[in-house]
Amino acid sequence: MKQFNDIKSGRREFLRGSGYLLMGFTLMPGLGFTTEPDECYLPEQTLIADREAIDSWIRFDADGILTVLTGKMELGQGIRTALMQMAAEELDIDIKKVRIIIADTGQTQDERYTAGSGSIEGSGNAIRNAAAEARKYLMALAAKELGSNVAELSVKNGIVKSNKNQKTIAYKDLVKGKRFEAEVSEKSELKKPADYKLVGKSIKRTDINDIAAAKSRFIQDLRLPDMVHARVMRPPVYKASLVSLPTEQVQKSPGVLKVVVNGNFAAVIASQEYESMKALEKMKQTAKWESKPIMPLQAQLYADMVQNGNAGEMVEGDKKTSKKPSESAVMLEAEYKRPYQMHGSIGTSCAIGLWKDGQLTIWSHTQGVYPLRSTISDLVNLPLEKIRVIGVPGAGCYGHNGADDVGGDAALLALQMPGKPVRVQWMREDEHKWEPYGSAMVLKIKAELNPEGKVTSWQTDIWSDTHSSRPGGKAGHLIAGQHLEKPFTFEGGGFSGGSHRNSLPLYDFETKNVALHNYKGPLRTSALRSLGAYGNIFALESFMDELALKAGKDPVQFRLDHLTDDRAKEVITTLVKKTGWDLKKEPGIGKGFAFAQYKNNASYFAVKAEVKLDRAAQTYRLVKLTGVIDSGQAINPDGIINQTSGGMIQAASWTMLEQVNYSSDGIESNSWETYPIFRFEDVPDTEVFVIDRPELEPLGAGEAAQGPVSAAIANAIFDATGSRLREIPLTPDKIDWSKVS
Amino acid sequence: MAELINIKVNGKNHHVTVDPEMPLLYLLRNNLRLNGPKYGCGIERCGSCMVLLNGKAQPSCVIPGAAAAVYEVTTLEGLTKNNVLDPIQEAFIEEQAAQCGYCISGMIISAKALLTENKNPTDQEIRQALQRNLCRCGTHTRIINAVKKAAAKMNKG
Ligand code: FES
Ligand code: FES
Repeated sequence: MKQFNDIKSGRREFLRGSGYLLMGFTLMPGLGFTTEPDECYLPEQTLIADREAIDSWIRFDADGILTVLTGKMELGQGIRTALMQMAAEELDIDIKKVRIIIADTGQTQDERYTAGSGSIEGSGNAIRNAAAEARKYLMALAAKELGSNVAELSVKNGIVKSNKNQKTIAYKDLVKGKRFEAEVSEKSELKKPADYKLVGKSIKRTDINDIAAAKSRFIQDLRLPDMVHARVMRPPVYKASLVSLPTEQVQKSPGVLKVVVNGNFAAVIASQEYESMKALEKMKQTAKWESKPIMPLQAQLYADMVQNGNAGEMVEGDKKTSKKPSESAVMLEAEYKRPYQMHGSIGTSCAIGLWKDGQLTIWSHTQGVYPLRSTISDLVNLPLEKIRVIGVPGAGCYGHNGADDVGGDAALLALQMPGKPVRVQWMREDEHKWEPYGSAMVLKIKAELNPEGKVTSWQTDIWSDTHSSRPGGKAGHLIAGQHLEKPFTFEGGGFSGGSHRNSLPLYDFETKNVALHNYKGPLRTSALRSLGAYGNIFALESFMDELALKAGKDPVQFRLDHLTDDRAKEVITTLVKKTGWDLKKEPGIGKGFAFAQYKNNASYFAVKAEVKLDRAAQTYRLVKLTGVIDSGQAINPDGIINQTSGGMIQAASWTMLEQVNYSSDGIESNSWETYPIFRFEDVPDTEVFVIDRPELEPLGAGEAAQGPVSAAIANAIFDATGSRLREIPLTPDKIDWSKVS
Repeated sequence: MAELINIKVNGKNHHVTVDPEMPLLYLLRNNLRLNGPKYGCGIERCGSCMVLLNGKAQPSCVIPGAAAAVYEVTTLEGLTKNNVLDPIQEAFIEEQAAQCGYCISGMIISAKALLTENKNPTDQEIRQALQRNLCRCGTHTRIINAVKKAAAKMNKG
């Protein structure tokens, strides 16, 4: 057996050899940083090539500490705690004795992107199976040591006990810091939900202790010895080219170490952060750009999408045009729109790059360390094995924001400064102007209602730009890649399923069809939390209310009448029970309802929105959102509530306030003034109920709320005012106040 | 260009030689290595960089270090005394009031200023006091609950 030396001895050894002076490295569980604010270490590379090995997912050290390894990233969704819970549960050990290592190409397996609410389903199951396999392995060892049968053994807090002779032995004395060196068969029996002690409990996130006590280390907080600071100068508008940049002035600015200009990519590196910012200002003043206008203009955008989107392709449903409408049926048709919207992370994108001894190391808050590594490999033309990407949490990203782009910036700049860690952080204005937005969408729905009030056919047409342009190995997807003198080209294409996510109604209609018209729009777009589901559910669930009205039915009952899925029905009826749904009119108050099963295969979510009108001021306020979620087995109910309530508030902000504004000269939404989001006085009260199904698979929960919330608000506004708002943001000026009594 | 600035932060006097125009935020983060205050917007619109200046919550991203030196500065780090957390910090942990947590330092600082002046704030007063602080994760409901809980803790003594 090989000695497993990740946790103790190897670290010291490595540090001695690394040339890094590090002191007091008390390990903080999971973070991989020291408690000293100044140091962060480069963990030893311990990657095991074999993905099937138990040791690729969990490891025991000689002190009985269990290390869980995940290729997924902590994004504020609490994934670390949930995964530690799952591992501790299978092995029956104290969760305090568990730590976790997140996404690092030097340590963890390739788990692609942390996206689509797939971490519990993906990494969670891998870790759970590895833990179950490890348990089986440990039981066999223990049986031998204790002179018992496996069937006679029980475990509590990492101590195995023989119920035959009452002898005990601790896991750590079985493992002795060695590797398991066994593979995960996926045949090991998992613990029965009825025996769970940790899973299903609202275990507190230990990272929140650190956050509240100013001990957490975000990517923005890392300080490496000898670190220098860089700022990148972005063009004023997407396709501008740099005509001239007299660098002398900038070069002379205090603290400046280097000015880097390569095509349209320009940056300054200085000893101190503030010096780099001042130099950037100088650079901006002297740079001359030749701009190309952004077209089409915002006012023509939606019309242009419908006109210039492609002919369309049936992507979901029966994939045939519906039969001729029957004579007795009523046809209803409506068009909905959502604008470009931002991720709007509160912390700006940041990365550190270090080019030393022929190795490029990038510290990054990317959602995918492996894809970023291959993208950087493409960008700087280095083989994969010379690059390591270490994931460090940043501020919440909610999808593909500037994290990968700034990783590319850091890689290019690190190569210019051998031996020194180069920290790059974006300025707020650049974050707003350059992150890839959630695409604008136009949605046309046509449906047929029979005299019994049943929908017989449904057709949705979607116009949208891509909802996924993650780099995935292609340098042309990075801003820096596109700006170099020898630019990498952006190969869009591969329009993913993101555009039509949740466009197909879950309801039982005789025929249903979805056609997607791909459109290459003027602004940069990629994955924003829930992708196209947000716009699609906004349209679908608004339209369900329009149909219910036409059919003279209560909107909730109307949905139930079209549903056979029991779990779908149960989230709806639970919401009704919790909130006492009725359509009794109260003057000045509006109630709205909406439902969806995320991706039509993940969490079920139903929500009620309540709005209150201020007729004198011709405005409304969102007073309350109540949600019910069924995400199968709830690993950590409080974590699900936290994320769901957060998703509800964020979606309400998108829906009521947000749209990216632009002119031909560039993005105008360049600050929190010009792109307002919810502040405390806008935020509704929220309440979330979780339906736990311990016997079922756990499903991702993080994106379930986004779509339904938007429609619930639109439906509540209609209830209160009689105005049907079909274009996000649902600002009060779109309400016909003359209809409001 | 650089000047010697004497500044009291978290109860300790510091002497740093820096560009006097450099905003306090960078002095705290880079010279004093305090990670509580964070950069979010640089123009006083997000509250990530909030600190207490003589007990009042203020953004630190614009005010020059030299100008801030007339105040006693407190960052999130300064609320923990002898390893004992402030009741507000405790309440945030108990309520699990964070998702990514990037905004939380600013939130706790704003709450500290509020609760020093107003022992029993209403929901509305809490919202007003936190109005300058943005949270993109939508943790607002829990943050309000945490501030209420902290008030109750402090009143109990
Ligand atoms: S960074 Fe100071 S308020 Fe935003
Ligand atoms: S918790 Fe993420 S920004 Fe507030």
